[in-house]
Amino acid sequence: MYFGLSEDQLFFQDNVSRFLEDHAPLDVIKKITEGEGQNLQKEIDSGLVNLGINGLLVPEEYGGLDLDLLFAAAVSQSLGENVAPFSFLGPFVMAPIALSHGASDKQKRKYLTGIAENKIKFAIGFSEFISARNGSGITFKNNKVNGKLMFVLDIEGATHLLVADESGCIGVVDLADQNIEIVNLTTVDKTRSYSEVILDDVSIDLLEKSLKDNFAINKTIDAGRIILAADSLGASSALISKAVEYSKERKQFGRTIGSFQAVKHMCAEMAADLEPCYAFVWHAAHCFDKIPDESRLMSCHVKSHVSDVSKVIAKKATEVHGGMGFTDLMGIHYWFKRIGVNRQNLGSPEIVREEAAKIQNL
Amino acid sequence: MNLNYGPEYKNFKKEVIAFCKKWEGVHFIDEAKVLMNPITKVGGIKITRTEWQSILIKEGYFARSIPKEYGGYGGESDVIKNRIIASEFSNYRIPSPMSGQGIDMLVPTLLELGTEEQKKQYIEKTLLGEIIWCQGYSEPNAGSDLASLQTKGELVDGNWVINGQKIWTSTAQYSQMMFCLVRTEPEAKKHAGISYLLIPMETPGIDIRPLVDMTLKAGFNEVFFTDVTIPDTNIVGKRGEGWAVANATLTHERGSLTDPNGTMNRVNSLIDRMKKETVNGKKLIDIPVYRDKLMGLQAKVMAFQSNSLRVLSAKINSGQDVKMAGMIQKYYGTELRHELEGFAVDVMGEIGTLYEDSPHLRDKGSWQFLYMYYLGLIIGGGTSQIQKNIIAERGLGMPREPKVQGA
Repeated sequence: MYFGLSEDQLFFQDNVSRFLEDHAPLDVIKKITEGEGQNLQKEIDSGLVNLGINGLLVPEEYGGLDLDLLFAAAVSQSLGENVAPFSFLGPFVMAPIALSHGASDKQKRKYLTGIAENKIKFAIGFSEFISARNGSGITFKNNKVNGKLMFVLDIEGATHLLVADESGCIGVVDLADQNIEIVNLTTVDKTRSYSEVILDDVSIDLLEKSLKDNFAINKTIDAGRIILAADSLGASSALISKAVEYSKERKQFGRTIGSFQAVKHMCAEMAADLEPCYAFVWHAAHCFDKIPDESRLMSCHVKSHVSDVSKVIAKKATEVHGGMGFTDLMGIHYWFKRIGVNRQNLGSPEIVREEAAKIQNL
Repeated sequence: MNLNYGPEYKNFKKEVIAFCKKWEGVHFIDEAKVLMNPITKVGGIKITRTEWQSILIKEGYFARSIPKEYGGYGGESDVIKNRIIASEFSNYRIPSPMSGQGIDMLVPTLLELGTEEQKKQYIEKTLLGEIIWCQGYSEPNAGSDLASLQTKGELVDGNWVINGQKIWTSTAQYSQMMFCLVRTEPEAKKHAGISYLLIPMETPGIDIRPLVDMTLKAGFNEVFFTDVTIPDTNIVGKRGEGWAVANATLTHERGSLTDPNGTMNRVNSLIDRMKKETVNGKKLIDIPVYRDKLMGLQAKVMAFQSNSLRVLSAKINSGQDVKMAGMIQKYYGTELRHELEGFAVDVMGEIGTLYEDSPHLRDKGSWQFLYMYYLGLIIGGGTSQIQKNIIAERGLGMPREPKVQGA
């Protein structure tokens, strides 16, 4: 019995962290989010692809590394910790899982091989299956898709788009199609892209197995939720370290503020709330990989729970930094905002908790 | 990540199950004196508690790693085996071994720091339940700041003469012995003036007064000492070393009161209750606000279960760093349980406040009782505030409180 990340997983996670510390420190992230860092962005993208991040979840027969979700969760923790300006969730987690479970052999050969070779990059438009906002929705008819998608994930740099209708059928759209209109949405989190996509009679390649039942879409959303939880976990852990570090340096009333019990207790509460989340995220990813019976409920619960814990940490860690925490100068807000958007993606906590109740037939 | 226990434990599990089947329904002639998990199944053989303890020791299901010469099983300590034993005993509702402060705290301390004579005199009898111990640590003016304790011990003609008062002493009324912290070196600095003494409760001059708590049960006692005289050999460690001896014991304090699996059982009982109970004709489980909070708590308990698996894993795999995961358990576990029991009272509304033998009582009033009982556990054994100091200072490396002069 061993509960925790393996040596291989820690090694991969460490490689990602070291790369990001060298190539994506906060000043680089600031440039990119202000729209002045296209070359820097390319360097980050190609560097992480060189580490093999794109093929992580692609089966071996299609040229991937064939690793499991716990690996991806370990990577996601590092991306969140470093608020990496990088599209991981859509193209390299949800897409390979949706295709592995929903696609025909022919579709798999085309798309999964494309992901592993870094020639195809997917954005994800699944919000309408979970929580359609702003009257969005799409319909499939005669291999064409019509309608509007809100909060499409990771469209920047994408070549294709995976879409799902409200019943959970999944299809692939080529973004080169002339009948697609993409509207960029600006959220508080500028480290990743969100968009609205309007589809007017666009050709669609429906994933065969996804038409039969909801297995593929559920599996994809479960994975996505665990990865988002891992990202928030990493971001929260960075915030606690920053708060503790700052409180040991900053002096007021002739003492470091970290020697005041009011500040110490805030930090202790953050640490106590977050600590079980490490185990919970890894456990949920492990169940996804190995214990399917427990996996759906675990994914829902880990997403909503880590979202709630992280929200409180984002607030308290900012507060420990006092006025400086509120400034752009210190940049604490990058983590605050990352956590804020992760919380809403693929179902806000109340929506996910209702789903958790239904999974248990309550 | 690998959550399987491995093939070598399959046989062990079979053996334990066979044992459970053989003893199913066993129950006791004598009353429980210390903390025992309740048995709901009776009808099997009836024996004394001491007999049960010795059967369990013989099988290696209790006192596993305690040497044979002191009355233990004399085997290797094995956390997975302990877990299998606990879980199968619970499945078959077999009474778990006796526990309490003597078994959980004094025995490990004597094994580590006691004299050969003390080990021979006390350990076996304690394991068999023939000697029950109480802990004399806290005083009215020494709670969180335990080292400021003032109960006095003076050496007079080769005997310790003890005067003072202890409080929050559980099981004092049933105990034959007390392990006690006493100030024996009034000239020495605070922590250096304390000794760890073993006091027979029958000694003249000891007065035990029950202390009724908010649950209206006498969970604790006050114990008064007036010229209580015991032999000078009844000391563990040297004079003035009592603080170090007590700290060795504190690390043995058991964490089962915050067991996440027990808390998850309560979540499941609450779900059953919410399926039956109604308000304005509507089932509680169908009310969105209640559902949402229930799911939130279920998630939190699951997170705590995962955390405890990680702590367990570190006991088996050396080199795994889970310091923080272990450190938060008391604070997290007691607060969570209190929150859960309190939520159950809330969903039942006025019904949730019914108590004792009131008409319309649900689940024997356990929700309201445990809601209050866990407040006691949040305070006892190091309050939540003390826990947060420990987490911040020892876990996060934050600065200690500046010392107040003379304290």
